[in-house]
Amino acid sequence: MAGVTLDTVRKIYAGNVEAVKGVSLGIEDGSFCVLVGPSGCGKSTLLRMIAGLETISGGEIRIGDRVVNQVEPADRDIAMVFQNYALYPHMSVYDNMAYGLRNRKTPKDEIDKRVKEAARILAIEPFLDRKPRALSGGQRQRVAMGRAIVRKPQVFLFDEPLSNLDAKLRVQMRVEIKRLQKALGVTSIYVTHDQVEAMTLSDKLVVMSGGQIEQVGSPSEVYRRPETRFVATFIGSPPMNILPGKVEGPGRVSVGGQMIAVTDMREGLAPGSAIEVGLRPEDVQAGSAPGASSLDMDVDFVEELGATQLFHGKVAGTDFVVQASTGQIAADTRKLTLSIDPGNVHLFDPQTTKRLGRV
Amino acid sequence: MVENRPFAQFMAYLTLVLGVVVVAFPVYLAIMASTFDAATIINGNMPLIPGDQAVENYTRTLFYGGKQAREPVAMMMVNSMIMAMGIAIGKIIISILSAYAVVYFKFPFRKTAFWVIFITLMLPVEVRIYPTYKIVADLGLLDTYTGLVMPLIASATGTLLFRQFFMTVPDELLEASKIDGAGAFRFFKDTLLPLSMTTIAALFVIQFIYGWNQYLWPLLITTKSSMQTIVIGIKKMITTTDALTEWQIAMTTAVLAMVPPVLVVIFMQRLFVKGLVETEK
Repeated sequence: MAGVTLDTVRKIYAGNVEAVKGVSLGIEDGSFCVLVGPSGCGKSTLLRMIAGLETISGGEIRIGDRVVNQVEPADRDIAMVFQNYALYPHMSVYDNMAYGLRNRKTPKDEIDKRVKEAARILAIEPFLDRKPRALSGGQRQRVAMGRAIVRKPQVFLFDEPLSNLDAKLRVQMRVEIKRLQKALGVTSIYVTHDQVEAMTLSDKLVVMSGGQIEQVGSPSEVYRRPETRFVATFIGSPPMNILPGKVEGPGRVSVGGQMIAVTDMREGLAPGSAIEVGLRPEDVQAGSAPGASSLDMDVDFVEELGATQLFHGKVAGTDFVVQASTGQIAADTRKLTLSIDPGNVHLFDPQTTKRLGRV
Repeated sequence: MVENRPFAQFMAYLTLVLGVVVVAFPVYLAIMASTFDAATIINGNMPLIPGDQAVENYTRTLFYGGKQAREPVAMMMVNSMIMAMGIAIGKIIISILSAYAVVYFKFPFRKTAFWVIFITLMLPVEVRIYPTYKIVADLGLLDTYTGLVMPLIASATGTLLFRQFFMTVPDELLEASKIDGAGAFRFFKDTLLPLSMTTIAALFVIQFIYGWNQYLWPLLITTKSSMQTIVIGIKKMITTTDALTEWQIAMTTAVLAMVPPVLVVIFMQRLFVKGLVETEK
């Protein structure tokens, strides 16, 4: 097994479109790395470059200690699970899994052993003789994973493997992928646009936007301490509220004239300068009594989510969402006073959109 | 939608039956004519029920032929069969390979290559017949099977059909193959070819019938009677000079000429229809 190292990797398409703009990233051996970002952010391109399906315009990709820039996909010792599974429609499930091994001239009994083993792990033994079209979406997904497993590769690559499944199955397969990866201990790189998948699956979360890495970290780091406004609004559902504010002094900002205390604030910010204040919908407490650090909110409407309710409205003229446990606040409330925990306030530079936290 | 309009339904069936009769009656007449002797057909009062000369007519046609020509139709059928099979199989091989190249390989002038192939659609045999004849004659291929088959293999229909099919095959299959260690040839043999089976069947049916029905080309380049195809044979039996046309033999030959295409269609119908309408991948 091996880690994967990317060194200022670039992809420039014909017409000078730069899809990946110099990405450097180290993925440790055995870890589960998720690349997440909106469509067009270059995450799939990056994965396909690691797989060898796209040429590398600049930089270096290493699998283990080996530079693979010029290595054929088949010789990179990787396995890939595609979004539409890409199973060979005319081959049985068994042959689908065995095909790669046969091309590699693996002995017959070894192929048989590995395919049976993978089928057992994935619980697809009863379907080995069937054609893919006779399988459900979830079963096809498993076969696609089986095809990757039997190869015993150094790296698994997943390209949005769950997006063709329905919501319930997606959650189930997500758990299975995680369990499987832990059991096999193979370095995995997983691309998704779904931030829930990204949070739950990853050891290492890589948020990408516009062909660049926005932030790398553990899921909780990225959630707790987003480095840019993009990451702050991309990770977390519903997304973080961003309010225009003003620096009032060390540890103090104001929004619409109301003071808020902040723990994580960079020193030396000029009082009176503009700043962006980020608050997660689940981090604000709705009460009625104004406190030392609080904001007033006008409620427009309420979304019921079952266990929780989302209050949509405006704070200081900007759209704002508050998440609260059902029953905590009366649904017909028109005005809310939100008390803000200083530890839950995120500050961003309006120009650079970078975090203005303690250095 | 519930529809219960007996009159409309009656009219629909009437139209259908009329249509079928218009198409089927001449065929029926030919089959009947092949079971009478010449005199019965000539006197103009041929019954519409089978006569008793069937065995006599068919054995004579197959193994002896008409009185003047004395060319057994069995031999013509063999010639036609070689020509039709040659065209069908040759065309499938040429077009599947060229479509594979055009769709899956990036090479200089790929677009040009495709358009050149495409343009040949505008040049059927009849249009390019003189230069084609000249080339075949210069190569000394007159009165040979190669000469019969080769010029008709080169055309764009098959290439286009396969190209359209290949474009619907998801790119991920090729990528999965690459990761599975299959090169260009393996991908073609293990994945593309099995997936193309229905398209191949459809093309085979179309091209077999096309080849079997060729008239002008074999007429031009065959002079030996041993190289004659059955479509030419029919024409030769209907004499316009002073001799009497042996209608029962001509009709028998016509019926025999229909048999192989009909068999091909019947046996490949299921695959053929699937190949033309296939969407499931």
